[in-house]
Amino acid sequence: MTTTLPVYTKKDFQTDQEVRWCPGCGDYAILSAVQSVFPELGIPKEKFVVVSGIGCSSRFPYYMNTYGFHTIHGRAPAVATGLKLTRPDLEVWVATGDGDALSIGGNHTIHMIRRNVGLKVLLFNNKIYGLTKGQYSPTSEMGKKAKSTPYGSVDRPFNPLSLALGAEATFVARSVDVFQSHLKATLKRAAAHQGTAFIEILQNCNIFNDGAWENLTERDVRDDNTIAIEHGQPLVFGKNKDKGIRMDGLDLEVVALGNGITEKDLIIHDERHLNPAYAFLLSRMDGTPGFPTPLGVLRAIDAPRYEAGMNEQVRLAIQKKGQGDLTKLLRAGDTWEVR
Amino acid sequence: MATIETLPRKRETIEQAVIRFAGDSGDGMQITGSQFTNTAAMLGNDLATFPDFPAEIRAPAGTLPGVSGFQINFSSRDVFTAGDAVDVLVAMNPAALATNVADLKPGGILIVNVDNFKEVDLKKAQAKTNPLEDHSLDGYRLFPVELTKLTRLALRDLGLDAKSMDRCKNFFALGMCYWLYNRPMDHTYKWLDEKFGSKPVLAEANKLAMKAGYAYCDATEAFQVRYEVPAAKLEPGLYRNISGNSALALGFVAAARKAAIPLFQGSYPITPASDILHELSMYKEFGVMTFQAEDEIAAMTSAIGAAYGGALAITTTSGPGMALKMEAIGLAIAVELPIVICDIQRGGPSTGLPTKTEQADLLQALYGRNSEAPVPVLAAATPGDCFWMALEASRIALKYMVPVIILSDGYLANGAEPWKIPALEELPEIPVKYRTEREGFMPYSRDPNTLARPWAVPGTPGLEHRIGGLEKQDVTGNVNYEPLNHERMVRLRAAKVAAVVQDVPDVVPAGDPDGDLLLVGWGSTFGPITAALGAQRARGRRIGHVHLRHLNPLPKNLGEVLKRYRKVVVPEMNLGQLLWVLRAKYLVDAEGLNKIQGKPFKQSEVEAKIEETLREIR
Repeated sequence: MTTTLPVYTKKDFQTDQEVRWCPGCGDYAILSAVQSVFPELGIPKEKFVVVSGIGCSSRFPYYMNTYGFHTIHGRAPAVATGLKLTRPDLEVWVATGDGDALSIGGNHTIHMIRRNVGLKVLLFNNKIYGLTKGQYSPTSEMGKKAKSTPYGSVDRPFNPLSLALGAEATFVARSVDVFQSHLKATLKRAAAHQGTAFIEILQNCNIFNDGAWENLTERDVRDDNTIAIEHGQPLVFGKNKDKGIRMDGLDLEVVALGNGITEKDLIIHDERHLNPAYAFLLSRMDGTPGFPTPLGVLRAIDAPRYEAGMNEQVRLAIQKKGQGDLTKLLRAGDTWEVR
Repeated sequence: MATIETLPRKRETIEQAVIRFAGDSGDGMQITGSQFTNTAAMLGNDLATFPDFPAEIRAPAGTLPGVSGFQINFSSRDVFTAGDAVDVLVAMNPAALATNVADLKPGGILIVNVDNFKEVDLKKAQAKTNPLEDHSLDGYRLFPVELTKLTRLALRDLGLDAKSMDRCKNFFALGMCYWLYNRPMDHTYKWLDEKFGSKPVLAEANKLAMKAGYAYCDATEAFQVRYEVPAAKLEPGLYRNISGNSALALGFVAAARKAAIPLFQGSYPITPASDILHELSMYKEFGVMTFQAEDEIAAMTSAIGAAYGGALAITTTSGPGMALKMEAIGLAIAVELPIVICDIQRGGPSTGLPTKTEQADLLQALYGRNSEAPVPVLAAATPGDCFWMALEASRIALKYMVPVIILSDGYLANGAEPWKIPALEELPEIPVKYRTEREGFMPYSRDPNTLARPWAVPGTPGLEHRIGGLEKQDVTGNVNYEPLNHERMVRLRAAKVAAVVQDVPDVVPAGDPDGDLLLVGWGSTFGPITAALGAQRARGRRIGHVHLRHLNPLPKNLGEVLKRYRKVVVPEMNLGQLLWVLRAKYLVDAEGLNKIQGKPFKQSEVEAKIEETLREIR
């Protein structure tokens, strides 16, 4: 049997709904990247489902011409899990934000990752609550002055990648709203992953937290402040590609190339390294003075998926016992006849 | 049949008997009671049971909070309750005696394990004097038995350690009760062989202990009478014993089969609902998918996801879990997806009495959500009725595209009764049709009869659409904040639930169709109300009983029926929640009979209220 897939274009994934994000919001760039990538995946359009929680990012499904479900605050991973378990044939993507996924929905996020359910998770991180108009979020830097913290926040932020890796995520990546080609490439990698694919997308909220990522995105500083990691390549960064990362005991160290230090001394990135501790070390470079922020795929390994295991148990039970016989089930155990 | 030669004894045939086994929660009282129950069922008795156990897995041994009890009422007549008072009490220690003896009938048989009445045991039970010596038990037929010692003696040749031998003493007590009521032991033999298949020595030990208990009664002259409880005249058919939780599990498997769609259960372990999860997780050959979620909210929301994908989705919980699910139930209402939510009620508020029964979640089920968010609410009346409620709730949910709540409670969940197994032809049809036609598809168009919206599951070509918790525009389902649209949608959702009334049968009162007093109940109070009704009508009272299985919407003719009686009394295990609804909806001057003790009503309590009310209106 051969079925030809319609040739899709970006337009096929756009809806007629008026987009209600603020002008200049980073979400537009993410929407555009996803709408560009979906047609290229070779999947029938009706198989895509976008599930979201609450927040600016969670309006995402309304603008995607696929099946879409805008659920309630924090619960998108759980709704998506129920859908994927019963319908493993579907391509389920979760759109969420730093508050939605890491605060109110933190529990669902870690358990989705732990179970390695085959979902693609786009975590839009703008380090602020946008839809509720400007409170600090669980990724806001300590001391953040926001509506609810006029004296500055006093709690330490989560690093989303560290958190995902702590739950032993099988696919962990990071990209940036304005780095379109990098973002699209990362989305494609996520699409190809079996199991939970977790992508943190650094996104600018130009209303409540403008410039939160500008030290990573501005042309003059970005090459020194970020490192684009690639599997099998040495960890090199800097405007002149003259800096690298190497191991220093149990820690990482930034070194200048030259003076006897060559790429051979540097860490060769291995996204398939089974121990999550390696990728965790990379994730900890964020915010460490002198270290770049890693972008790209930190980790991509194979591991058992919950929906596969669950459906396999059903298949094996039917194979072994035959399709359940309802009459037999109702009459199971001790019965007696009253005449 | 395994028989033991017995000495000639006086035999007395009685209609009915109530036995309670009470001991430490480690003494195996639930197993002992279940074995007696199954044997009674096999002999054709009608029966009802009341397992009553502590929330703690092993409260300190021998203490008052650690007492676990199992009561069975078995009869040659119809049985509606586990019995007000007990004929035989087996008390394995002073704590079990202290907490249970008040329910023993005057002159009732009291079997105690004297080996557990040493000073230290009395102290653990906070007894100041030894009840076996202080004449406080003079009104009962007391049989002090060295249960521990005699069990060890019976097992001395098996080479077991003392602890393993002592674990068999409940079967010594069971053997005694089998003798007392002239019951065969082969059913329990068979059960032991199955249970201890890999450890035959333990099966043997328990059999020996049971036989020893049986022989003990036979040999000692203390027991002068043996009782016979003949078989009951049940409706012809094939029967099994069933608990409410088990009946719910079977009902959902049957519903999914009738609807020809997969069953998905999202659930988080909680007493007394967990057994539904345990049971459904065994039925994978029926395509049943059970998901032990990370919390109550995920249990509900995963069910929403499964319903969105086209499954018959259910979630099962108790009151505290219901509270956590409420926001998500609101989502299911807004997106109009079919889900069945089971609340196996227990004592509250908060953690409350996890293993004890209560009916205080009715208003939570009806009104516990933000904004205007009605759902159909059903309540099972008996353990066996839970099966039919699972089918009925699934049918309504799928027909009207709406979440439906089933209320059960701890008493129904764990209590067992003989259940006539239905033939498949007796099960209701549950037609399900996913929307596939593209022509004219609108996510929120409605069936004119049921007001149900189409079920267009992901994967269907051409029907891509978006749903969510934001207010919908009528018909299109687009996000819409317009004032008049909102009011229209609120009214539509309410009208849809109200339309379910077309599927709710009119009530027909049991007893007198009109008269002095109408008892209105719901849920597990069915047994005691029915029993009280029968007893009071036999005395010439003109009273009726309506037992509501549909609590929202209420049956069409209920208001008219309420007016046919001079007085309406509503017995409930809460402070008057159905009472409040009836008074508000029908402006009827009904009165409550309320008990909030974690225990079901006694027949006598309902009868006392009937008599008191009739005296007042005379």
